[in-house]
Amino acid sequence: MSTFAPAPGAAPVSRQLLTQAGMEARLMLRNGEQLLLAVVIPVIVLVGSVRGVERVGFDLDGRPIDVLTPGVLALAVMSTAFTSLAIATGFERRYGVLKRLGTAPLSRATLLGGKVLALLLVEVFQFAVIGGVGLAMGWSGPSGAGGELLLVLAALFGTAAFASLGMLLAGSLRAEATLAAANLVYLLLLAGGAVILPATLYGGLGDVVRWLPSGALGEAVRSACDGALAVRDLGVLLAWTVLGSALTARTFKWE
Amino acid sequence: MRYGDTLAVDGLSLTVERGTITAVLGPNGAGKTTTLETCEGYRRPQGGTVRVLGLDPVRQRAELLPRIGVMLQSGGAWSGARADEMLRHFARLHAQPQDVGLLMERLALHECGRTPYRRLSGGQQQRLGLALALVGRPELVFVDEPTAGMDPQIRRAVWELLEELRADGVTVVLTTHYLEEAERLADRVHILDRGRLVASGTPLELTRGGTVATIRIVVTQPFPAGAPDELVRALGAGTELTVLDPLSLQLSGPADSNTLATVAAWCARHDVLPESLSLGQRNLEDVFLELTGRESLS
Repeated sequence: MSTFAPAPGAAPVSRQLLTQAGMEARLMLRNGEQLLLAVVIPVIVLVGSVRGVERVGFDLDGRPIDVLTPGVLALAVMSTAFTSLAIATGFERRYGVLKRLGTAPLSRATLLGGKVLALLLVEVFQFAVIGGVGLAMGWSGPSGAGGELLLVLAALFGTAAFASLGMLLAGSLRAEATLAAANLVYLLLLAGGAVILPATLYGGLGDVVRWLPSGALGEAVRSACDGALAVRDLGVLLAWTVLGSALTARTFKWE
Repeated sequence: MRYGDTLAVDGLSLTVERGTITAVLGPNGAGKTTTLETCEGYRRPQGGTVRVLGLDPVRQRAELLPRIGVMLQSGGAWSGARADEMLRHFARLHAQPQDVGLLMERLALHECGRTPYRRLSGGQQQRLGLALALVGRPELVFVDEPTAGMDPQIRRAVWELLEELRADGVTVVLTTHYLEEAERLADRVHILDRGRLVASGTPLELTRGGTVATIRIVVTQPFPAGAPDELVRALGAGTELTVLDPLSLQLSGPADSNTLATVAAWCARHDVLPESLSLGQRNLEDVFLELTGRESLS
C-alpha cells in the first residue's frame, strides 16, 4: 500500500470555516492576557462601577446595575472584536501564520469568516459570564425575547465595526505597534468613549461620542436591553464597518 | 524577479518531471527561495511564465493550492498552538488528509505533540513544517531547506521519507545547501548562482566530464627515474602529472575500473610500496565550487 499516494482536495468550506473558528477561539481563550481582557477586566469593571456608583449616590437615570451591565457587555464586544483580534492578527502576520495558512486550500474569505465566527464564539462565552454576574447582582436582563434579539443584533453590528477597525490596525502596523495601539485605543474608549456610561452623561459631548463606534455600540446595546431598536446607532456602526473594511482591503499586508 | 536594484532571479528556465525529486542548489542569495515562492504563487513573475501542474500559480491559485504542499523555511504557526493541534487543524482543511498519527510518528514528532509551538526546538519546528506540507496528500511538494539544522539521524529519516514520497508518485522539489543531500536524493539537480541557472543534470551527468579522477601517491623513497612518466603513459591520454615533491605526485584524468590495477602493476614493476595511495572521484561539491566560483556554501 502506498502511504503517500496523492489524494489532493480541499475540505468543504463549511468544515474549513468551523475548523478555523474553533482553532482561533480556542487559542484566544487559552491565552492568559486575552482572557484577562475578555472576561476578567469586564467583570471587575462591572462590579467596581456598580459598587462605586451606589456608594457616591451618582444619578444614572435608572438602577446602576441595569444601566451598567449593558455597557459592560458592549465593552466586552469591543475588547474581543477590536483589541484581541488586532493583537492576534498582528502576531499572526509577524510569525508567518497567515503566510502558512496561505499554503493551505483555505480562501481568504473563509479565513476571515472563521475569524468573525471565532469572535462570536468568544462573545457568547463573555455574555454568559458577564450576564451571569450581572443577573446575580440584580440585573433585570434584556426586556423579553425582543430585547434578546435586539441585543444579538447590536453585538453583531458592533463586532463587524470593531473587527474591521482591528484588522485595519493589524494589517498596517508592526505587531508590537499593533499591541500598543490596540490597548491604548481600548483604554481611551473605555474611559471616555461612552461604552459603559450612557452618552447622555457626557453633557454637550454626548452627541459627539455617539458618532464614535464605542458610543454607538454602547447606546445600541443599552437600547436593545430596553427593548428598543437604535436605528441611528446601528447606522453609525454600519458606516464604521464600511469605512474600516474599505481601508483594510486597500492597506492590509499579509506578510 | 527583482527586489529594488537587486536582480534575484533572471531568465531562469527549468522544468520538473512528475514523480521525481529535483534539487535546486545554490549559495545564499542565489534565488532559490524566490524561485520556489514564484512557483507557490506568493510572487508574481515580472517576466516570463510559470506553470505548476499546468496552472498559473497566481491566477489559478485556488485550483493549485489543494494539489501542492509547501514547507516554508521557518515560522508559520501560532505560538500557543500545540504541534499535534496545528497538524490536525491543517488536516481538517483538506478533503482526504493523511493520517496525523502516522505523520507524527514518521517525523519523530509524537513525543512533542503536546508541546506548544514556541517551545519546540528548531529541528522539531522544521519537521512540523514538513508534516504540514504533507498532510493534505499533495501531488507536488515544495520543500525549502528541509533538513537545515537537523541532527544526522533525523536527517536520514527525512531523506527516507522523501524517497518514499517519490516511490508513491509524489513530485518533490527541494532547495538545499547540502550537496550530500542533493547527490543522494535528487534525480535532477539545478545549480543556481546569482539568479541564473549555471548547470542542470542528474548528479551523475554533472560529476562526469572534465577532470574526473585524482590519484595521489606518496612514497617513502624517491621515485625511480622515469617511473612517473611511465605511469602517465600507462594511464593513457588525457592524464596530467603533477610532481608535488620528490616523495609525492598527483595524477588527474579519466578513470575507469582498470585504473587502480594499472597503478598497482606499475608499483610492482618499480618495486614501489606507496605510503599512501588515494583515488578520488569528482563529486557534486567540486562541480558546485567550480561553477559558483568557490563561494561559501552557507
